[in-house]
Amino acid sequence: MSIMKRMGLVFRSKANKALDRAEDPRETLDYSYQKQLELLQKVRRGVADVATSRKRLELQLNQLQQQQQKLHDQAQKALSMGREDLAREALTRRSGLQQQVDSLQEQHAQLQGEEEKLTMASQRLQAKVEAFRTRKESMKATYTAAEAQTKIGEAFSGISEEMGDVGLAMQRAEDKTAQMQARSGALDELMASGALEDVSTPGGQDDITRELDAMSSTSDVELELAQMKQQVSGGGEAPKEIDPSDPSSATEQGQPKREGEQA
Amino acid sequence: MIVRILGEGQWQVDDGQLDALNTLDDKVEAAVDAGDDESFRTALAQLLLAVRQSGTEVAIDELVESDLILPPADSSIDEVKDLLTDDGLIPG
Repeated sequence: MSIMKRMGLVFRSKANKALDRAEDPRETLDYSYQKQLELLQKVRRGVADVATSRKRLELQLNQLQQQQQKLHDQAQKALSMGREDLAREALTRRSGLQQQVDSLQEQHAQLQGEEEKLTMASQRLQAKVEAFRTRKESMKATYTAAEAQTKIGEAFSGISEEMGDVGLAMQRAEDKTAQMQARSGALDELMASGALEDVSTPGGQDDITRELDAMSSTSDVELELAQMKQQVSGGGEAPKEIDPSDPSSATEQGQPKREGEQA
Repeated sequence: MIVRILGEGQWQVDDGQLDALNTLDDKVEAAVDAGDDESFRTALAQLLLAVRQSGTEVAIDELVESDLILPPADSSIDEVKDLLTDDGLIPG
């Protein structure tokens, strides 16, 4: 038998089993309506859960991208200081992060898809539950045992098919979300372990930054020294050291370079 | 004839379209039986497209039972197999 027919039969047999369990069909209506409302609640919660996972992914993506930018800046700084080895190291780490970013972006797209599907499912179910409620009230009002059984059967199988559909959408979304949450958690752990150098940690410094900082403070000192030397030698005699016993060196002018300027 | 695509909604399809849909459905079934994932995806996509294109969408607040039910567009062979068992994926 074809896929389409077999699947239809599976859905129908579920609906019929539920209907057969009830003694008075009118009770089935109320009971089913309660179930529908519960399912509607669940779907709405499902939408919120998926949205939460999506936002968490966005946060992680953001952190990874900041880290990439930082490594890019470091590479530039290292190059400008003539340290190609450091620049290469920074860029290598940056490209390692790219794989994580790609994977997260793919997961993000999937979650967004699930969120949209569940939102649509929730809208469809809400419309159908509302239609069911209207039919239910009118059927109860005009209830005659003979016709009620078939009419209730129609409304019931219509709604239970929808519920099966929505339930399935929920289950698929939950499965997908659970997978992503597991990966998300693993990434958080990786970041916490320092392997991905979480840039959101204030004061947290990595080895490249430390080396660049050390280099730049050394080069700043060298630069300042060179400037001083130039000023001093331009003014003639240059005191290489400040002699604390010499009253003219520090007490009057305070700084050796002032002394040079004045001379 | 009413056809439901799981996760999407229901379509009213003219009975005259049934032969064409059955041909496409046979391909899906063959792919499921063969466990051929690639041709399964292609065949399912074609079948769903035929339903959407030849049918008229049923209003979302209409309560009507489907004559035929089709798996979600992004389902895998394994999911379809599960759906076809009585205690498979469908809750309730």
